[in-house]
Amino acid sequence: MATVETREARQPWILLAPALTAVALLLLVPLAFIAVYSFWLRTATGADIAGFHTDNWAEALSDPFYRDILLGTLRIAAITTLVCALAGYPAAYFIARSKANRAILLLLLMLPFWVSYIIRTMSWINILGVSGAFNSALLAMGVIGQPIQMLYNEATVILGLVHFLLPFMVLNVYVSLEGIDETLEQAANSLGATRWQAFREVTLPLSLPGLAAGGLLCFVLAAGTYITPLVLGGPTDAMFANLVFEAIITQLDWPLGSALSLMLLAILGALVALYNHFVGMSQIARGFG
Amino acid sequence: MSGWALIRIWTVVVYLFMFLPVAVVVLLSFNASQFGAFPMTGLSLRWFGELWANEAILRAFRVSFLLGALTAAISTTLGVLAALALVRYDFRGKNLVSTVLIAPILVPEVVLAVALLLFLRFLQMPKSFALLLLGHVIFTLPFVVLVVQARLVGIRRDVEEAALSLGASPRQTFFAVTLPLLAPAIFAGMLFAFTISFDDITGTLFWKPGGVETVPTQIFAMLRNSISPEINALGTVMIVLTVGLPLLGAAIARRLGARTR
Repeated sequence: MATVETREARQPWILLAPALTAVALLLLVPLAFIAVYSFWLRTATGADIAGFHTDNWAEALSDPFYRDILLGTLRIAAITTLVCALAGYPAAYFIARSKANRAILLLLLMLPFWVSYIIRTMSWINILGVSGAFNSALLAMGVIGQPIQMLYNEATVILGLVHFLLPFMVLNVYVSLEGIDETLEQAANSLGATRWQAFREVTLPLSLPGLAAGGLLCFVLAAGTYITPLVLGGPTDAMFANLVFEAIITQLDWPLGSALSLMLLAILGALVALYNHFVGMSQIARGFG
Repeated sequence: MSGWALIRIWTVVVYLFMFLPVAVVVLLSFNASQFGAFPMTGLSLRWFGELWANEAILRAFRVSFLLGALTAAISTTLGVLAALALVRYDFRGKNLVSTVLIAPILVPEVVLAVALLLFLRFLQMPKSFALLLLGHVIFTLPFVVLVVQARLVGIRRDVEEAALSLGASPRQTFFAVTLPLLAPAIFAGMLFAFTISFDDITGTLFWKPGGVETVPTQIFAMLRNSISPEINALGTVMIVLTVGLPLLGAAIARRLGARTR
């Protein structure tokens, strides 16, 4: 009997072994490696000096150039998250409470996930570019005499990010709203609350976990974005991921690039840990059910 | 109720915001004008023809399909096994294991890309198609685990137990009972992995060897010049593929599900 039991106990680990090995070798060990590597030095000749040098970290943490771009990146991510929450919440509420159109609205909501990120980003060039829809319409109506350049600034970067991330927000808020018993709101109404009061006192607090899940996804994905500022931003709109790419691929300063990557990971990791502490990861997994 | 009417209008605006830019891409891809912008001068399929004649784009499609298919095969194999362990067994450290398995999506993609690239460089492995494949496997794995796990919960164990008690061997039970029941979950996982791999650009830009382009990196490279009608046509093809495949997949999965029920 003992052998059957030990076999039964070993079974899950046999099934997990390939996936855990992959995550360990392709993610955890490489992360540990760049943590060590960030303390090495890159010399002018291109060779690395192993050891414990804090130069990269000193540069990454004190250089105002990096600091400004980091703060700018966090600001863009925060604005994007806020806009997604304000725009997405009412839409999610509508989907959760509409009886007839729910299935089709949900299907439509999932569609953007399947439309290529680069296509969705570049589609704004067709709308806002000098020969895009807006300029053509304004020219045709005679409002302007010359096309205006509306693209390639921080506002269009945020616009592109909101367009990319809004479905994540709507879906997460919808999942939590859908789990709320509708009769709770009716009970509040029958006890004398107005619809708005019932929403504010009952539904909104109960949907906060979904709002937090959507917010976390929007913020983390926006803060790590690399493509959007390159396609929709101007020369001064670089975000932190662009710096990392620059350091690693262009300057080949791998130790510095490691330190910069870990800085981004530490900041976003702290957010994920806070979220995990207060809300829990299972909320995000519910979006897949 | 005017509040409700406002919410309805707002929802319509949100949906228009999500879909109009994409619709414009599709519209402009049929534009007869040679500048690929407004005003449209007529309808034409010439840009799709040019696409078909563009060797670089066809090569990018071949790379993307191969990469997506291999990623889906590997990632789904690992993911289905892991999801089985998580759904069917109770063991110590289960929460930690779940967190480790979804860790690749908690780490920003740039950081994941840098870590893997530099680690393999350190091991003297140059950028290659294999590196690209490993990278795609690791960041699609969490999605496969989550999706398959969600589907597996619905599969009841008693059918397998019935087969075993009626004298089927564990191997027979697996192939005759478990696998057909798992088919929709496996299919969903593969579709997810393929689509995510097919669409990825950030990690791909770090990992791809020189001269190799996937469809998204090819589009990105073309954008550097100017937005040509060819890009809109390519966008339309991508939309048809990435939206059409999952819809088709969902239909097939429903078929499979209906047959085994």
